[in-house]
Amino acid sequence: MTKRPTNAIDIAEVVRIAHLARLTLTDAEVESLSHDLSGILSYVKKLEELDVTGVLPTSHATEVSTSLRDDVPVAGLSSPQALANAPEPIGGAFGVPKIIE
Amino acid sequence: MVDWTQCTLAQLSQGLAARAVTSVQVTRDCLARIEQIRPLGAFLFVDAQGAMAQAAAADARRASGRVNGPLDGVPLALKDIFLTEGVPTTCGSKILEGFVPPYDATVVRRWKAAGAVLVGKLNMDEFAMGSSTEHSAFAPARNPWDITRVPGGSSGGSAIAVSTGAVFGTLGTDTGGSIRQPAALCGVVGLKPTYGRVSRYGVIAYASSLDQVGPLARNVTDTAMLLASIAGHDPKDSTSADRPVPSYLAELESGVRGLRIGVPKEYFVEGLDGEVGSAVEAAQKAYEKLGATLVEISLPHTAYAIATYYLIATAEASSNLARYDGVRYGLRNDPGAGLIDMYFATRGAGFGSEVKRRIMLGTYALSAGYYEAYYGRAQKVRTLIARDFSRAFEQTDILLTPTTPAPAFRLGENADDPLQMYLADIYTVSANLAGLPGLSLPCGMTRGGLPIGMQILGSHWSEATVLRVARAFEREHDFAVRRPPA
Repeated sequence: MTKRPTNAIDIAEVVRIAHLARLTLTDAEVESLSHDLSGILSYVKKLEELDVTGVLPTSHATEVSTSLRDDVPVAGLSSPQALANAPEPIGGAFGVPKIIE
Repeated sequence: MVDWTQCTLAQLSQGLAARAVTSVQVTRDCLARIEQIRPLGAFLFVDAQGAMAQAAAADARRASGRVNGPLDGVPLALKDIFLTEGVPTTCGSKILEGFVPPYDATVVRRWKAAGAVLVGKLNMDEFAMGSSTEHSAFAPARNPWDITRVPGGSSGGSAIAVSTGAVFGTLGTDTGGSIRQPAALCGVVGLKPTYGRVSRYGVIAYASSLDQVGPLARNVTDTAMLLASIAGHDPKDSTSADRPVPSYLAELESGVRGLRIGVPKEYFVEGLDGEVGSAVEAAQKAYEKLGATLVEISLPHTAYAIATYYLIATAEASSNLARYDGVRYGLRNDPGAGLIDMYFATRGAGFGSEVKRRIMLGTYALSAGYYEAYYGRAQKVRTLIARDFSRAFEQTDILLTPTTPAPAFRLGENADDPLQMYLADIYTVSANLAGLPGLSLPCGMTRGGLPIGMQILGSHWSEATVLRVARAFEREHDFAVRRPPA
């Protein structure tokens, strides 16, 4: 189902989007985002004035074909290099909080 | 005695070759200058020790006759969006505070191979999202011409460092104007090349269909030299174009006689500051005197560019910034309630307000049911905007416009109104949407003493022409060589 553009993002909608974006927001942030996003979305509604029937979307602006390099193995980062910035390296792997009790 | 920090890159390069100065001497002077301009907040990290070692190595190479080219021994600096092996890289964000990259971006590797002395990392709006450098998570930067005003953004630090003579050139990135707008506001030259001209390997991504790397410099010749040092295909970036790089210096002095210069009528309307408009109109007349022909052209979809840009850029940003999850690098904020909660807490604590706003807008525009209404439609309007430009370039060789609707605004002036801040990008975003090269060149000063920039836009891959047109104006006017009050 395709939904119509809207120009009001209420508190519940901000909370829903923040969940999709994996963002913890304070109450003050939720409130100001509701205000800001509503303003921005009512501005971008402008695009509805245009008839885009039959217009192809542009995802890249220059007409160049993607160039592929030769399929030869090259050295990547070593395990210690890759883990050097990890918040919780564990035995050559990236440690994360428990997922299953 | 020559104050080398006040010279251009080309002059320093000649000075080094003539042994009139050493890299160690000029690097020491640059580091002293960086110390002097500390209140402007241009740098996030200064690698004084590393820079002095690189300078000494450059001098040693020269002494033994093994010079790496015109950049050998020249002090330069990088926006903090470029990965630098062993040197902290934050992208202006708390979520990357303390991150030390294990490898160099391709452009950094090329600068190192050219012998450049990399003195440090420059301040920017967090994740390149902003037009003022007020959204840096560490400190706002200030305009060297008036410290109560912004330097522009997101490459604000890159523009300040060039403008104040702290380094001889910098690299920035430009997604919607982030090189050209701060260049205009600080009175330096800034070039966004054609999409695909410069490798983005090791450049922290914001909006991948729009991002492009480019130089900021004290004049057009220096800009051409710096573009030559970074342009070209990179096997590590499949979006970098595999096509030859022309000489950017060969035709630089060839002038504009017989060239058609297009003036888009939609760019000279209400909202354009009077002094900016007059300066650009004076430049049009100057070009006519130099033998160019002015052509009025129309870009009918101009009014839709900002809306299109902010939907596409934020949608791509929401996807690109999903990688900051507290697992492999950067901040982790773990309240102890499992993996998913760690993601929420890390991202909630690590991102600043503008980044959150854009992630939220982009997530919404891509969310189930809304994709066609927002992102899909914006991509179609993007086609219409790109088509406007291809039609214009059938009638003209180059376009001449203002870079920004007004000179530098005051810190905090647009802070409470994100949409107002977005509208400051009105003249620059279209080049990103259409993938075109664009250069901002100083073309005047306001009565209040602030720089004014004009924008020269070319068709795809026409950087040599854009630079030649800029140089023709620069040769007759001294706006680019003016420096802010110390």
